[in-house]
Amino acid sequence: MALFATALLALTISAALSLVFSKKPAWSAFAGAGGNVLAAALGLAALAFAGAKPHLNLPWAVPGGQLHIALDPLSAVFLAPMFVLCACGALYGVSYGGLNRRTGTGFLLYNLLTASMAVVFTARNAMLFLAAWEIMALCSFLLVVTDYENPETRNAGWVYLVATHIGTAFIIALFALAWHKCGSTEFADFPKAFAALPFAAVALLSVTGFGAKAGFFPFHVWLPKAHPAAPSHVSAVMSGIMIKTGIYGIIRMISFCPPPPFWFGGLLASIGIISGVGGVLFALAQRDIKRSLAYSSVENIGIIALGLGMGWMGAASGRTDIAFIGFAGALLHVINHAFFKGLLFFGAGAVYHATGIRDMDRLGGLRRFMPVTALTFLAGSAAIAALPPFNGFISEFLIYSGAFKAVIAGRGAGFGGLAVILGLSLTGGLAAACFTRVFGIIFLGEPRAKLAVEHGEPPLMVGPMVALSALCLFMGLAPQFAARLVTEPALMLSGAPYADLPSRLQPVGLLGCAVVLLSLALWFFRKRLLAGRAVASAPTWGCGYSAPAASMQYTASSFAQPLVDFFGIGTAKKIEEPHGLFPSHAMFRSETPDIAKSRFYRPLFENIEQRMSSLRVIQHGNIHAYILYIAAALVALLVWTLK
Amino acid sequence: MTAIADFAAALLLAPLLPGVINRVKAFFAGRRGQSVFQLYYDLRKLLAKGAVYSSASGFVFRLGPVASLAALLAALAVMPAGGHGSLASFDGDIILFAYLLALSRFVTVLAALDTGSSFEGMGASREVFFSALAEPAFFLSLAVLAKKAGAFSFNLIFLSANPVTGTPLLLVLAALFIVFLAENCRIPFDDPNTHLELTMIHEVMVLDHSGPDFALISYGAALKMWLLGAVVVRLALPFGGGTGGAQSPALFLAGIFALAIATGIVESCMARLRLLKVPALLLSASMLAFAAFMVS
Repeated sequence: MALFATALLALTISAALSLVFSKKPAWSAFAGAGGNVLAAALGLAALAFAGAKPHLNLPWAVPGGQLHIALDPLSAVFLAPMFVLCACGALYGVSYGGLNRRTGTGFLLYNLLTASMAVVFTARNAMLFLAAWEIMALCSFLLVVTDYENPETRNAGWVYLVATHIGTAFIIALFALAWHKCGSTEFADFPKAFAALPFAAVALLSVTGFGAKAGFFPFHVWLPKAHPAAPSHVSAVMSGIMIKTGIYGIIRMISFCPPPPFWFGGLLASIGIISGVGGVLFALAQRDIKRSLAYSSVENIGIIALGLGMGWMGAASGRTDIAFIGFAGALLHVINHAFFKGLLFFGAGAVYHATGIRDMDRLGGLRRFMPVTALTFLAGSAAIAALPPFNGFISEFLIYSGAFKAVIAGRGAGFGGLAVILGLSLTGGLAAACFTRVFGIIFLGEPRAKLAVEHGEPPLMVGPMVALSALCLFMGLAPQFAARLVTEPALMLSGAPYADLPSRLQPVGLLGCAVVLLSLALWFFRKRLLAGRAVASAPTWGCGYSAPAASMQYTASSFAQPLVDFFGIGTAKKIEEPHGLFPSHAMFRSETPDIAKSRFYRPLFENIEQRMSSLRVIQHGNIHAYILYIAAALVALLVWTLK
Repeated sequence: MTAIADFAAALLLAPLLPGVINRVKAFFAGRRGQSVFQLYYDLRKLLAKGAVYSSASGFVFRLGPVASLAALLAALAVMPAGGHGSLASFDGDIILFAYLLALSRFVTVLAALDTGSSFEGMGASREVFFSALAEPAFFLSLAVLAKKAGAFSFNLIFLSANPVTGTPLLLVLAALFIVFLAENCRIPFDDPNTHLELTMIHEVMVLDHSGPDFALISYGAALKMWLLGAVVVRLALPFGGGTGGAQSPALFLAGIFALAIATGIVESCMARLRLLKVPALLLSASMLAFAAFMVS
C-alpha cells in the first residue's frame, strides 16, 4: 500500500510541478510526463506486490468522510490498464500537445485526472469516492475544452459537464439512501444498508448514475461530442479508462447487494445489445474519425455489459461456471478495450496531427506517409473487430462461451444466452465492417484530397502506439496470461471457480500462433516463387476506363451506405442533382444525427424548459429581491428546526 | 492419425468442388463444360507466373491473400471436415472457427480497398454488409446444435449421441445452406461467372490480384467451400452417434460432392437476387435458425 500511496503522491506532486514550471513548457512536460510514468511504474509494482489485504485508513475533516482506500482484485483489474494507458498517453501528449503555454495546465489536469481515477478505483468511503469522482469529472471537462476558442468544443464541454452531473446526482441519491439506512459512509457498512433497501432501487440508481459515465445507450450522447473535441491522448484515456469507472461503480455497488435476481442480468444484457448494436451502427455512419471511435466505445461498453449480464443471469440460475466465464469475459474486455481503443485514438490523433483533417472522406493513402501508424492502427482495428490472433477475440470468446453454456443449460438462462449470442454476432459483423472502413479509407488507396502531411511520426507518439499494439498481440497469442489477470476478480463476483481457465484458453492462443506462422510461411513461399520472375507495377485496373482519378475511389460514406440505409438510423441526405447538358454544380451531403439526442433529449429538455419558464418571474436580476429570498429561506429553516 | 488423413484429403480435394459445380452447370446448359480438374490446372499455371501489383497498393494488399489462406487453414484444423474428428478440438472451437473465417474476410476486404479502385470498394462494402447479416444466422444455427448436443465443440456436436433430428434439423439445414451459399458467393447472392458487373461481390474484390496471389485466393475460396460444406454434410448425413457410430470417409465424400451438385443445380435453376433482396434472404436464414431453436 505504501507503493500505491507513493504513486498517488508522485502524480499530485508532478501535477503541481508542471503548473509551477508553466512558463517553461519543456520543464513542465518533463515533470508531468515523467511523474506520470513514474507513478505507473510504482502503481503496477503496488499491484504486483500487494500484501494480503492492503488498505489505508486516515481521518479526514470532511463530515462523514474518511480517507479510506484499499486494493482488492476488482480494483486491480481496472487499475492495471489505467496505469499503462495513462503513462502511454502522458508520453504521447508531450509530442501531440507540443510545448506551449498550455503544457503546464495540461499536465496539471492530466495527472490530477489520473490520480483521481486511481482513487475512484480504490476508495472505500462514499465521501472520498464522490470527491474523487467530481475531481475526475472536472479535470476531464477542463481537458475536453483545451481548445476553448472553438465554439463547438465549448458546446461539447458543456454537454459533457451536464451529462456527468446528471449521473452524479443519481449516485449521490444512492449513497444518501445507504447512509440513511446504516448511518455510515464506509463502503464496508453498505451491505447492511443495501440489504434493507429494495434491490430494484439500488440497481436502477446505479445503472442510471454510473451508466451515464459508462456511456450506455441512450445515456451516451456526451461521448460522441466530448471525444472528438478533446486532445487525442485525453480522448484515449477518457474512452479507454474513464468511462470504465461507470462499469466499476456498477460492479462495486451490486457486489454490496444480496445476490441479484435474474431480471437484473437480463436488464444488463438488454442494455448491452442496444448499446452494442446502436453504438456500432452510429460508428459506421460517422465521417469524423474520432467521433466514429467514440461511438465504437459505446459499442464496446455494450459488449462489457453483455458479459456482465451473462454473469449475473448465470449466477441467478445457480450456474457459477457460467457466471464466472461471463464476468471473466467482461473484465478482460475492460482491459483489452483500454489497450486497443487507446491505440486507435493515438492513431487517429497522429493522423490529425499530421494532416489537420479528421474527415475520413478527405483522407486516404496515409500508409505511405505514416507507415508505423498504419501498421499499429491495423493491429488495433483487427483487435477491436475481435479477430484472432488479437486480444479482443479472447474476451469475446469468453462471453460467447458463457452464452453457449447457458444455451446448453436451457430454461431462462438459455434464452438469455441466445440473446447474448445474437447481440455479439451482430455486433461482431458490424464492427468488422466499421473498422475495415476506418482503416481502409484513411490509410489505404490514394489520398482523396491534396494532403499536406507534416510532422511525420514523432518517436514519443509512435512509441506508445507500438507498445500498445504489441500488448494487444501478446494478449491474443498468450491468452493464458490475460486469463490470470481476471481469474481472481471473476472468482470474487461469481463465488465459485471454473476449473482451469488459463489452460482452456491455451488452444485458442496456439491456433492464433498457427495463423501468424502460416501467414509468414505463405509470405516466404510466395517470395521464393516470385524470385527471379517478372514482378511489375501498374496502375490499378480501371476495368477499361483509362483516366482513373483518386477522387473516384469509394469513400467512407459510400462504403457504409448500404448498411446505414438498411438499418435506417436516420441519416439525413442533401442532394443537389446535376442538371442540363453541361452541369456546373452538383453536391451530395449526408449526416447522421444522434437518434437519442434528436428524438429523446431535445424534446425532453425543450419540454422542461417550457414548463419551467413560468418560474422566470422570480429570477429578474434584482439583487434586493435575491437577498430577500435568502432571508426568507433562513427564516423558514429556523422555523422548521424549532418545530 | 485419421484426423490428419482427413485434413490432407480436404487440402487435396477441395479444388474439385468448383469443378463439380461448373460441370453440373454445363450439363444444365447443354454444354460439355470444362474438366472437373480445371482449378488444379489453373492453380498450376498461376503459381508458375510472375505478378503485377497495383502502384496504388502496398503492404496490406500483399498481406491479404496470405493471411486469408492462413486463417482458413487454421479453421480447417478445428473442423471435422471428413469422416472422423478434427485435428484440434476444445470447448468453443465453433466460435474460433467463425472468427477465423471473419479474419479471412477482413484481410480480403482491406486488400481490395488498398487498390483504391471504386469497383473493388463497392465489392468490399457489399461483402461486409452481407457477412454482417450472415453472421447472426450462422451463430444461431450453432446455438441450436450446441443446445441439442450439450456441447459447443464441433467434434462433440457431430459425434453426439443425441443428434438434431426431425423438423429442427430441416430448419437448421436450410439456414446453414443459405449461409453456405452466401459465404461462398454463389447464386442467388453473387454470380461467380461475372467479373465485370455492378452486382458482383467476391470476384470484384480480387480483380487486381494476379499470379501466385490469385492462386492463393482461388485455392482459399475452394477450401472455404469445403469448410462450410462440411458443416452442412456432417449435420445432414447419419454419421452415427458416440464413438461406436459409423465414421465413414466415403459417406462424407459422397455428401460433400452431393452438396456441390446441389449448389450447381441451384445455380442453374435460379437467377441472382436483386441486390436489395439479399438482406431479406439472409434475415430469413436467421429466422429459420431461430425457429429451429424454439422447436428443438
